[in-house]
Amino acid sequence: MPHDRSAASLLSVSALNAWYGESHVLHGVELDIQAGELVTLLGRNGAGKTTTLRAIMGIVPARSGSIRYDGIELIGLPVHRIAQHGIAYCPEERGIFASLSVRENLMLPPRVGPGGLSLAAIHELFPNLRARQDTAQGTRLSGGEQQMLAIARILRTGARLLLLDEPTEGLAPVIVQLIGQTIRRLKADGFTILLVEQNFRFAAALADRHLVMEHGHIVDMISGSAIDSNMDKLETYLGV
Amino acid sequence: MFEILGIPPQALFGQMLLGLINGSFYAMLSLGLAVIFGMLNIINFAHGAFYMMGAFAAWMLLAYLGLGFYWALLLAPLLVGSFGILVERTMLCRLYRLDHLYGLLFTFGLALVIQGLFRQEFGASGLPYGIPAEMRGGSNLGFMFLPYYRGFVLAASVVVCFGTWFVIERTKLGAYLRAGTENPTLVQAFGVNVPRIIALTYGFGVALAGLAGVLAAPIYSVNPLMGSDLIIVVFAVVVIGGLGSVLGAIVTGFGLGLIEGLTKVFYPEASSTVIFVVMALVLLVRPAGLFGREG
Amino acid sequence: MTVEAASLSARHSGQVPGHHQITFVVMLALLTMAPYGFYPIFLMKVLCFALFATAFNLLIGFVGLLSFGHAAFFGFGSYLSAHAAKVWGLPPELAILSGVAVAAALGVVIGGLAIRRHGIYFAMVTLALAQMIYFFALQAPFTGGEDGIQAVPRGFLLGVIDLRNDLACYYFVLAVYLCGFLLVYRIIHSPFGEVLRAIRDNETRAISLGYRIKLYKLLAFTLSAAISGLAGATKALVFQLASLTDVHWTMSGEVILMTLLGGLGTVFGPTVGAATIVTLQNHLAALGSWVTVAQGGIFILCVLVFRRGLVGELGRLLGNRQF
Repeated sequence: MPHDRSAASLLSVSALNAWYGESHVLHGVELDIQAGELVTLLGRNGAGKTTTLRAIMGIVPARSGSIRYDGIELIGLPVHRIAQHGIAYCPEERGIFASLSVRENLMLPPRVGPGGLSLAAIHELFPNLRARQDTAQGTRLSGGEQQMLAIARILRTGARLLLLDEPTEGLAPVIVQLIGQTIRRLKADGFTILLVEQNFRFAAALADRHLVMEHGHIVDMISGSAIDSNMDKLETYLGV
Repeated sequence: MFEILGIPPQALFGQMLLGLINGSFYAMLSLGLAVIFGMLNIINFAHGAFYMMGAFAAWMLLAYLGLGFYWALLLAPLLVGSFGILVERTMLCRLYRLDHLYGLLFTFGLALVIQGLFRQEFGASGLPYGIPAEMRGGSNLGFMFLPYYRGFVLAASVVVCFGTWFVIERTKLGAYLRAGTENPTLVQAFGVNVPRIIALTYGFGVALAGLAGVLAAPIYSVNPLMGSDLIIVVFAVVVIGGLGSVLGAIVTGFGLGLIEGLTKVFYPEASSTVIFVVMALVLLVRPAGLFGREG
Repeated sequence: MTVEAASLSARHSGQVPGHHQITFVVMLALLTMAPYGFYPIFLMKVLCFALFATAFNLLIGFVGLLSFGHAAFFGFGSYLSAHAAKVWGLPPELAILSGVAVAAALGVVIGGLAIRRHGIYFAMVTLALAQMIYFFALQAPFTGGEDGIQAVPRGFLLGVIDLRNDLACYYFVLAVYLCGFLLVYRIIHSPFGEVLRAIRDNETRAISLGYRIKLYKLLAFTLSAAISGLAGATKALVFQLASLTDVHWTMSGEVILMTLLGGLGTVFGPTVGAATIVTLQNHLAALGSWVTVAQGGIFILCVLVFRRGLVGELGRLLGNRQF
């Protein structure tokens, strides 16, 4: 698998191992992402996609190897310091807080850098959130609205690298479409995105590159333009 | 003079005031326990010891440095809170990954050490601490006599309790606390220094206990064991109210103080046990507690 | 409570491991000869607390319930037995049995209320209810208030054996202790004990397997309370005194400390812990409040660095065996 170790790599992960207690989940993950790229992680359940995101964010119990972001080594840093370098994480379960109103949920993550979206821009992107901002419990929103809220709140912060874990899971097609448009728009705005997806048809339409994971490491890379010619291979990888 | 249920109103309202004063302490202490439990998942058994330390800090500030009640009101909570933060950073923080019961056992041991040391140094008989000069005496409200200092304690604890409620429910800092109670990992992944917030939360809850101790010093004598029986009553208050709600802790604290005061009027023999009886009844009728979500 | 050695105990459940038999025989031999090397009074105190801690451990070590109110059972067992022996003039065996009965009855009531909550709430509920019992003991006329019940006659066991003789009394207490110890051992190695362990390790799973866990918890709680009452009742006769100390929350704290120090969920730990703490108390008795400081310090050390306790650590050193 080719590695581009040029200086332009915004995120450069090598020999990344991660453990949950006794179980060794990541076995030497290697990946590089250029600034402004949109890369997806594909793979079957349990391949280690979510753990890769969590390991980059620092929220696995144990990890080793190297994660360089913008030239800074992230292994060994506490979680909040990692975030403060400009990385934001949107978990699969969305993580909307029940004891916070919609507005408080949106405003919760502190700014970690310049250039975050303004509230007006976020409301333009997600008009639903404006309409429901006074809802007292964030978890009262519909699943789609919660997903929008989960993405919206990390756009405010000025983070440049977004780690999105299955943003379309369990959502109606029309919402999936909206999320797709949003992600495209974010890429156009210059965000760098690492996206974990099960729905690879959704991902295929968006990404510059696809990385395929199996058994805790990356086994293949398919560029976005080559996706059609590699359909058979991908279907084998994903077991669809 | 008229009577209510055969009790002279002076006595009735006087006991109700005493009950509310006790309730102030229950409310401040159970509020601190609830806030600490939310962030640390630990029941702070040492809370009574920190309350006692607050009272002793006031006494020592006066005896050794000549600093009076108002200084103590400011400095004693800071001192006790700083000590709490030290304990959290050096020892308590190692326990978060373990079963919650270890936190209870640890803080119980801590309470024994603190109480033992103070008892060794100051004896068990108690030290006097005077009411500040401006607040001696009281005024007759017609239906009852209101000692100024007791009125002050009641007012101060209401202000402190609702101030705390406001900060937690209505401010950005409070939003961090509430979110951190639900999912600390995610909050930290947003770039919030959660370990620091945890330490400050513990410090704040403990400082609240210290403040209650300062307020209590002129009412009760300053005694190494003043917090040890109180904390058990506060535990009962917490079981009744549940630890999930800040407002619940405050309301339950004042309410039970009042019930205790009324019991002193109508059936004094039961006044030391009435809160436990209420707890038993609540367990029978509403096992999760009045404001609780846990089963 | 997740006892660290939980996975170990599962392996041994059902059958009696050989090293338990050997340890028991050694312990029995030591205890039989002990009065020739130590004061019987001291030894009897150790045995009473060892029994108390063993009863307490049944709950924390094998059901995962932390009771912070076991002094209520110990203390009321001791009050009743003292009252029965002194006022009703009952012989020692009946006096002790009446103590056991009242402790068991209290256990049903307190346990029935407390098992409605879990975890730390359970601990707080038991503590609060025990405090209520303490206030009752403080106010009720028959307990003698601050003075307690003094000059309790030890009497004649079965009308024959004169317990005023310390040596005779010692072997009687040893017999009581052994009965209690073996009863607890039998319980934790029975099918009932296996269900208790299943509840400790995963309550939700035990429920889904169809066990009526409330009933199991209540029964375990009552047994533990009754055996604690047995310890208290025996202690009242031996020391001819039942007092508020036995029913105070500090006593609940002490039995937790003994069990924690010896090793939660171990068979012999509570006995070792009780012997250690009673010895410590005897040596530090002249130092006043330093005893409390030392006990608190041991609590902190046990929780921070020593969670398996003495016997648990020993078992680990001897090749991951559970004693």
